Amino acid sequence: MDDLLREFVTETNESLDVVDLELVRFEQDPNNFKILDNVFRLVHTIKGTCGFLGLPRLETLAHAAEALMGKFRDGAPATGEAVTLILATIDRIKEILETLEAEQREPEGIDDDLIAALECMAASVAPDAPAPEQEVETVTPPPQAGSTEAVPTEPESAPPAAQADEAPAVNNAESQDGNGKSGHQSIRVNVDMLEHLMTMVSELVLTRNQLLEIVRRHEDSEFKVPLQRLSNVTAELQEGVMKTRMQPIGNAWQKLPRIVRDLSSELGKKINLEMQGAETELDRQVLDLIKDPLTHMVRNSADHGLESPAERRAAGKPEQGLIRLAAYHEGGHIIIQISDDGRGLDSARIKAKAIARGMVSRADAEKLSEAQVHKFIFTPGFSTAREVTSVSGRGVGMDVVRANIDEIGGAIDVKSVAGVGLSFTIKIPLTLAIVAALIVEVGGNHFAIPQMAVVELVRARNSGDHRIERIRDTAVLRLRGKLVPLARLTEMLGIDDGNAPDTGYIVVTQVGSHIFGVMVDAVFHTEEIVVKPMSSKLRHIPMFSGNTILGDGSVIMIIDPNGIAQALGSTVSAQLAVEEAAAAPDDVADAEMTSLLVFRAGSTRPMAVPLSLVTRLEEIDAKKIEVSNGRHMVQYRGQLMPLVSMNENVRVKGEGSQPLLVFSDGSRSMALVVDEIVDIVEDHLDIQVAGDNPGVLGSAIIKGHATEIVDVGHFLPLAFEDWFRRKEQPVDARPRAVLLIDDSPFFRNMLTPVLQAAGFAVSAVGSGREAFALINEGRRFEVVVTDIEMPEMNGFEFAEALHADPHTAALPVIGLSSVVSAEAIERGRRAGFHDFVAKFDRQGLIASLKEQIEVGCAA
Amino acid sequence: MPRENGSIMSNESGNLKEYVTATVGGLLFGLPILRVQDVFKPERVTDVPLAPPEIAGVLNLRGRIVTLVDLRKRLDLPPTGDDQPQMAIGVEWRGESYGLLIDSIGEVLKLEDEAREPNPANLDDGFARMTLGVHRLDDQLLLVLDVGRVLDITVAPMAA
Repeated sequence: MDDLLREFVTETNESLDVVDLELVRFEQDPNNFKILDNVFRLVHTIKGTCGFLGLPRLETLAHAAEALMGKFRDGAPATGEAVTLILATIDRIKEILETLEAEQREPEGIDDDLIAALECMAASVAPDAPAPEQEVETVTPPPQAGSTEAVPTEPESAPPAAQADEAPAVNNAESQDGNGKSGHQSIRVNVDMLEHLMTMVSELVLTRNQLLEIVRRHEDSEFKVPLQRLSNVTAELQEGVMKTRMQPIGNAWQKLPRIVRDLSSELGKKINLEMQGAETELDRQVLDLIKDPLTHMVRNSADHGLESPAERRAAGKPEQGLIRLAAYHEGGHIIIQISDDGRGLDSARIKAKAIARGMVSRADAEKLSEAQVHKFIFTPGFSTAREVTSVSGRGVGMDVVRANIDEIGGAIDVKSVAGVGLSFTIKIPLTLAIVAALIVEVGGNHFAIPQMAVVELVRARNSGDHRIERIRDTAVLRLRGKLVPLARLTEMLGIDDGNAPDTGYIVVTQVGSHIFGVMVDAVFHTEEIVVKPMSSKLRHIPMFSGNTILGDGSVIMIIDPNGIAQALGSTVSAQLAVEEAAAAPDDVADAEMTSLLVFRAGSTRPMAVPLSLVTRLEEIDAKKIEVSNGRHMVQYRGQLMPLVSMNENVRVKGEGSQPLLVFSDGSRSMALVVDEIVDIVEDHLDIQVAGDNPGVLGSAIIKGHATEIVDVGHFLPLAFEDWFRRKEQPVDARPRAVLLIDDSPFFRNMLTPVLQAAGFAVSAVGSGREAFALINEGRRFEVVVTDIEMPEMNGFEFAEALHADPHTAALPVIGLSSVVSAEAIERGRRAGFHDFVAKFDRQGLIASLKEQIEVGCAA
Repeated sequence: MPRENGSIMSNESGNLKEYVTATVGGLLFGLPILRVQDVFKPERVTDVPLAPPEIAGVLNLRGRIVTLVDLRKRLDLPPTGDDQPQMAIGVEWRGESYGLLIDSIGEVLKLEDEAREPNPANLDDGFARMTLGVHRLDDQLLLVLDVGRVLDITVAPMAA
């Protein structure tokens, strides 16, 4: 009997969840008898089973609800009131079930109130009687298309539902055979059972491996073949058990339509709930942990975020508010977004509250950006329910939500635009989810690298195309004409490998828009792993995102590409800074960090050139330098490469090795002769003193030293006179007018000659204001090229302002940025950019300019 | 007298407490038996680069990832010299599994709680923090380990 009861409780709970959903749907679509039939059948089954098990209280309730629904089937209109009443009844049934589950018996109590109301309602709704005055509240439909709900929708072509004369017994039977609620066969399994299976499988794998080891020692063993089979079966078994842990996130969303429906009628708001990516799979454990925070946030959006229909009308928004839930995989994370198109966060109130709570001083608060202010809602202790609802009106318990998400190693971020809406982004790391990982060896240790971050594998050799080059201690790889910074895992992880040679493999990895190589000794295979969170004693190590047990039973650490990128001093954090461009001037400066190659030539003063302009660094044997036609040449990759001295003080060496900076463009290369390559540094490039000498743009302070910044554009024509003109023949004789906006004199000086040489007439200005001044003077331009990160008016704002003016609305704008992230591109598209080019991509810029002009001509 | 962490012994008759004893760096330590899950020989230990020095690595123990804590380093005891294979005592703390590396495992002792004496005043502070007191046995002293304190390994704040 106990088992029977337990099964009844579980099954009924599931049925009730379906009833919840279906009823809300039915309310929107009162003519859909398929839905009603489904609900009716479920309630009827509950009633029948209660009678059988001797649960009178439940039986009476279900009966009363069924009677009212019977009226609907007879054609009575499904009013909001009636549905609310049935939902209330279902809630009561759930309460009773809880007690039933805990105490194995029905709780004491009477439900006369509900039953009376249900009977009264059933009596009052006469079939076919129009009852418009009862349409208290029309709630907008919950998601139909596009969302994957747990409930299978029945085919539309199905015949209309049978009417009331259908025998209850038949209904009952139908629900038993699964016709009612599930399209595929499934059984319920206790989670502990799965965990136990998982452990057992791991043990099995260990044992198998021991056996394999023994057989390996005995050639021609008769065990070999069966063991091979055992091995395969074990592997499959392991995979299968791992997959049973995964569940679609839709399971956590199942209750939301009902909650939103209740809230919308309670609050008198019209709410549309949209759900995308419900099929995204999550580890069961994570799912359990995020369920409550998600529900909480959706509740918040409905309660505080969305305005009343009247307010929305006044604000020029559609009456119906929108709450959107989306889940998807991204770069080894699962991203969940909860957004609404409501009023957004009230920055002023949050700020006032933060000051009142002593979290920030009044003076500091004034300096904070909106985004920084919004982050206060996550601060522990920021919100206590009572005060927040009255003060900020938003953010009830967001600190609690954050704490929950922190617990699973996730991160949460908020973006809010006053009057437009609010969006939370929850990023759950790999932790606990199954991912494919590349197993590599470094200094005798094995590590796993999440495959999602891996772009390609490169075999590094001492010679050949993929050679590791080093500039002092910095290793770089030249990959298809680009210099990729290399991370030496041995150094970063402090593993002593006795200075291994520069061979092995390079795992080219991408984090955001940043690409770098991870040097490893060997690459093995890929394996599907269940990431387990690291011990709290190890969680502080940024290089690892988790650990896992491999198929062979050993524990392996999982490398976090983000951590590596950060350790490389990459621009990943700078990217984030761009997103919060307004945050602080310092952040903007970070975004403008430039990698510079520092060298000496002709004097002891340091000189520098942006690293991204340099294709290659060479040290060649001075004996190989030949003189031809009065110029120094060297045979380089089967071609003659001209050498140009940095200045007259640099002597081409007669013996020893000669350092060269090689610049390539297509098949041509030239080299600048320098005395010594000093270092690669990251610094803010700010040319303070303009240069007098040809070939020098000016001087800047690099790592505390006054450094001459070299104008590469000056030297290229010295090697090949037609360097810039070769491929870049103007489309027609008339030079095209280009307006170049960049606050950095360096880039203006670098790009102007390049573009001029490509046949454009360039006007360069230092700010959006100056640009508008030129345009207002009546100057005509065919294309505008603008930097993104600029003080005063940034590139996005400039493009928006430009396109707001009908005279210049059609002017193509190309964005230049040192950081090309997906977010920036998206933002640029919205701002009206026609193209987006990385700052140092000369060829890309010229190609883009031509394209825009051609499009312009064709139009 | 310092209070025992939790009330794990409250259900035992009288004030007898059972301790699993182990030798580390020549000293005898006792762990409350209810704290101890198992005793095992660590095999296939994976090193964790950049980990705190007390962490000897991680390993798979019947499907769970166990963090190994080198008790000798944790207690700042001198190495004994002989490189004999170590044993580990498995404990569970705050939902995580740990293995405490010891030199050798001893017998299980039942000791009167009243007989336990507070740490001598001249005991090194760091060391004293991790022990709950001393039992005077016939031939030597038994130090009662405070598992919570032993595992309270301070780590640098999370970088991200």
